[in-house]
Amino acid sequence: MPKITEYEPIVGTHTIEELRLLANRLYGKVIQNINSTAVGGGVAEILNRLVPLLRELGVDVKWDVIKGGDDFFQVTKKFHNALHGKPEEITPQMLEVFLETSQRNIDELKVYGDILFIHDPQPIALIRKKPSMPNGKWIWRCHIDVSTPIKQVWDFLTPFIHQYDGAVFSAPVFSQPLPIRQFLESPSIDPLSDKNKDLPQEIIDQVLDKYRIPVDKPIITQVSRFDYLKDPVGVIEAYRMVKKRIDCRLIIAGGTATDDPESNKVFEDTKEAAGDDKDIHILPIPSGSDTEINALQRASTVIVQKSLREGFGLTVTEALWKAKPVVASSTGGIPLQVKHKYTGLLCHSIPGTAFAIKQLLNSTEYAKKLGENGREHVRQNFLLTRQVRDFMLLSLCMYHPEDIIYL
Amino acid sequence: MAVLGKSKEAFRFFTETHLLELTGLKAANLQELLYHIKTVPPSVIYCHTHNFLQQHHYLSPEPPNDFAYWITGILGEEELGEYLFSIDTIQYTTIYELRVEIIRTIENYMAKHPRSLQKFATPGDEFHFFKSVSFIFQTPYTAFDLKEFHAALQRVTLDSIYFHMFEARLRIKQGINDFSKWLNDSLQEERLANKISSLDPYTHTLGGLRTILIKLVEKRLSEPLEKPSDTALALPKS
Repeated sequence: MPKITEYEPIVGTHTIEELRLLANRLYGKVIQNINSTAVGGGVAEILNRLVPLLRELGVDVKWDVIKGGDDFFQVTKKFHNALHGKPEEITPQMLEVFLETSQRNIDELKVYGDILFIHDPQPIALIRKKPSMPNGKWIWRCHIDVSTPIKQVWDFLTPFIHQYDGAVFSAPVFSQPLPIRQFLESPSIDPLSDKNKDLPQEIIDQVLDKYRIPVDKPIITQVSRFDYLKDPVGVIEAYRMVKKRIDCRLIIAGGTATDDPESNKVFEDTKEAAGDDKDIHILPIPSGSDTEINALQRASTVIVQKSLREGFGLTVTEALWKAKPVVASSTGGIPLQVKHKYTGLLCHSIPGTAFAIKQLLNSTEYAKKLGENGREHVRQNFLLTRQVRDFMLLSLCMYHPEDIIYL
Repeated sequence: MAVLGKSKEAFRFFTETHLLELTGLKAANLQELLYHIKTVPPSVIYCHTHNFLQQHHYLSPEPPNDFAYWITGILGEEELGEYLFSIDTIQYTTIYELRVEIIRTIENYMAKHPRSLQKFATPGDEFHFFKSVSFIFQTPYTAFDLKEFHAALQRVTLDSIYFHMFEARLRIKQGINDFSKWLNDSLQEERLANKISSLDPYTHTLGGLRTILIKLVEKRLSEPLEKPSDTALALPKS
């Protein structure tokens, strides 16, 4: 794992100094994170990066995991889908399973932090321990898009949520009317990870060679798993509209989940839509091939994210960080990242996507400027160091109800 | 070269960082937007007129306020967006006055263009109201005279420039930026203080603003010594 000082050339000395100062202000406080798994999944990935950096800064941060059987996690998976807006059948027995396992965790898990970050719905019922810890500050960190939750599940969870001192969401559109304080903490990317670090041109060339992609014409790329919500067929339609006026290539690259039959179907549909067009490259990329994704993004002229629905859209963050001009749908967390005509172009339709791509391919200076702005936007707002900072600010906020806090 | 005074009271450079606090309130059309603009706490108005500046301070030359950006980009009311972009924020010394001007601008437009009331944002594109929680802390940089002030201006972060030029003036309710206040009150540098307070900082990037401040101080440092009383100019009332 990179050390905090390794981020200094990227974000500046003052940013690292500021982090040290904030860490100082948390001296003596124990911050306990609780989630449902130590490995796998987005939350574990975030904590695996955040916790070592916070500890290096001197913050006494802990990380504990609840226990649960398959039946419990099947229920919480259904909660997860329902919070995303997908209808799920939730029976009273399932709610009973959730409450029973929650009670076991309440009885057995040591909760000792001055500040507690409870991540996502699985450990949410731990808030029942609050009365036994009168000085504890409880924060529910929701990483899920709850903009249009299924009411049954949201109603079941709200009595728990209301007992927290604060809730944290990843985008303003996810917030709900709640009687507690709510904060925004956008996700972030790690500029030193394999997916985002600078690459020598030889590596980029090797990856292009491997996938037999010539660099003879502009390359339009969408990186995302094969999922209908990412609309890969729509991307091909947009490419065809562009191709009538500008000769170009299209790369659609991403993973197919082996346990998701729909993903394979989307991949097949995408290949079928591509037909025998030699300038369309449909690339199933195995998971963990971060350097390859990085290289494909860096080799692209324009990067597209034409999602029909999106969480935060970290592939957009990755593209912006590489100073690429981006055309992306105005959905989920994307408008936070792409400020239309400032850091990229937003679109709402296939013709709109095609038009925006043409604009960028034909106006290279404009495209370059958007890309540069996008990189600076990410540097200021969506790098890991900012998430480290926000974690500390959220902790400090629990002791300060006011809007202007003198540290 | 001017021989310049020393202040008994040091200028202490502060800086700020912030966290966004969500209100859970949203608007899908102009009426809803106006209703919330009238009723939300002042810190929400401050945030939406300065958030873009804080997040996009590298952009040039016209970082818009969030209301104007949404009305233009989502509702497609470009004319109203232009009116809101053009509000001369620097002329208002309180959030209250700024809020009144925003309300007046939107109400006038709605009265002249009733069709604008028919426009709705699609789900997911609503305007979400939030406020900024500011964390303010001291930097190691201080200045007792203009030379030290000049040196510190080159070293402090852009967040520090932001704090002293924007936040102190409007949010901490001083009515004037910190630099001008100190230059005038502690160094009797009325002319320089006045030059800085008459800048429109909203039309510069923060990097550009720093350069201008440094140049103004350099110019003053290169001038022959003048008695403060010869150069006194009235400062805008706070």
